[in-house]
Amino acid sequence: MTGSMARSSAPAIVADGLAAAYRDRLIWRDATFRVNTGEFVAVLGPNGSGKSTLLRLLLGLLPPAAGSLQVLGERPHRGNADIGYVPQRRNIDRDLPVRGRDFVHLGIDGDRWGVAVGNAANNHQRVDQAIRSVQAEAYADRPIGRLSGGEQQRLLLAQALAGKPQMLLLDEPLASLDLRNQIVIAELVAELARANGLTVLLIAHDINPLLPVVDRVLYVAHGGVAIGKPAEVITTEQLSRLYDAPIEVLHDSHGHMFVVGLEAESAHHDA
Amino acid sequence: MPELYLAAAPYFGWDLVRVVQELFRYAFMQHAFEAGTIVALSAGVIGYFVVLRSLSFAAHALSHIGFAGATGAVLVGTAPIVGLLVFTMSAGAVMGALGQRLRGRDVTIGLVMAWSLGLGLLFTRLYKGSANLAIGILFGQIFGITGQDVVVTFVAGLVTVLFVLAVYRPLLFATLDEEVAEAKGVPVRGLSIAFMVVLAVAVSEAVQVVGVLLIFALIVAPAAVAERFTTRPSRGVVLAAILAVLFTWAGLSIAYYLPYPVGFFITTIAFWSYILARVLSGVIARRATGRVRPWREEQVRHSP
Repeated sequence: MTGSMARSSAPAIVADGLAAAYRDRLIWRDATFRVNTGEFVAVLGPNGSGKSTLLRLLLGLLPPAAGSLQVLGERPHRGNADIGYVPQRRNIDRDLPVRGRDFVHLGIDGDRWGVAVGNAANNHQRVDQAIRSVQAEAYADRPIGRLSGGEQQRLLLAQALAGKPQMLLLDEPLASLDLRNQIVIAELVAELARANGLTVLLIAHDINPLLPVVDRVLYVAHGGVAIGKPAEVITTEQLSRLYDAPIEVLHDSHGHMFVVGLEAESAHHDA
Repeated sequence: MPELYLAAAPYFGWDLVRVVQELFRYAFMQHAFEAGTIVALSAGVIGYFVVLRSLSFAAHALSHIGFAGATGAVLVGTAPIVGLLVFTMSAGAVMGALGQRLRGRDVTIGLVMAWSLGLGLLFTRLYKGSANLAIGILFGQIFGITGQDVVVTFVAGLVTVLFVLAVYRPLLFATLDEEVAEAKGVPVRGLSIAFMVVLAVAVSEAVQVVGVLLIFALIVAPAAVAERFTTRPSRGVVLAAILAVLFTWAGLSIAYYLPYPVGFFITTIAFWSYILARVLSGVIARRATGRVRPWREEQVRHSP
């Protein structure tokens, strides 16, 4: 297919002088960056810095306040079937009488009018395939509210994959998971992205579980955006400049990075 | 000679054909079964989504707002159903526009509901008619339904069921996963408004059968029972509709033989079905997984 050739060469996201505002409040500006097709980018930054806002811009749910933005060669538009989206999760009600499988199915035809007629066998096959790709066969038929956070996250990922996207936008998929599961899910996403040639933007709080899998880091903080390899962006100098405050980045013997100096700020935001 | 028929004791026994013949002997019973079935079907279908969207209280409030509409309509000389529809549909549109923000507004909804009942009380007094009018609206008057009412009910029921069929998938998507649905291009807000307006139509219809106060029995109870037995939305909708029809048929049939109100029988059947469903589904769940009994858990839906 010529499409795949074009996909591998063209950038997946092109932002030029991009600014985001919510109502009248400017959130960040002067964002100029490119994300290449097939790249795995971790989006980091303190709470309220506008990480989710970036995803909303890419999804076409919010227009840019200034500058230009291209996603998969087009201007962002709502209902883009090429983007799989997993928003930040509130708790799913334990008694919600719906199977994980039904959630996944919505990723295929949830936006179509009417009831499903015809094509049912084909769609069920696609649902099965998506569930298998995240290794969720064992619990896909149980009510989704009864599953663990990691199991829910896998099924929601399957929902995004069922729509056969070219890009995944994941908003804090690792939140509320234990460290082991954070690493497992991060590796799963990376594996799926590699297998399907997907571009991934993944919002996270902690870079460490993602270090083995990310290509680059997009840091959103204090009204600005910086992008680069983790070792380039997550440095004492870069972050101190971005935050406009003294920040120190420490490394342990395993290569893990620890950002120090933000405790007061993040504690304030998390409260 | 109708008088002769009335004088004869109604047949009841093991001959089911004769029982059915007996139940359909009079026009008022035929109309009650016709209208009751249509109302139950639409109430069950839309009720499934009411429960899934956590709108039980909003649905209950809609019917109370309808009480003010119905009594107000009589006061100005129009049919109660017209006032009922105008009031519930307007309130439904407002509730639908609020969408997610409606959640947790129990106090506001409750106050509007109480005020509507108060208004209805005032309208009833101003009309100076018999209290039967208010009683009929509050508790239903299924045995007073005319052939023309049946036609109106049929149209309204058809609208409800066709609407749910037409928006089934995006409505389910918006109900279960609003943010993703919105990103995928589902008109979440428009659907929320349309759903509440159609719910208003279904509620107005159901008021004829069970009245303003007993609406829970037909809209919420069947869906709540269905939810206990299936985790597939498509089956849940169908099961809720079947249960609503069964509740109604059973209530009408018993009320034919016993000198007590049909609203009492339908609500009684709904209540005990729900209790039975909780116990049964608990037993089934325990047998299947040995896990915690589901009725022990509080129903806190979509808690933040």
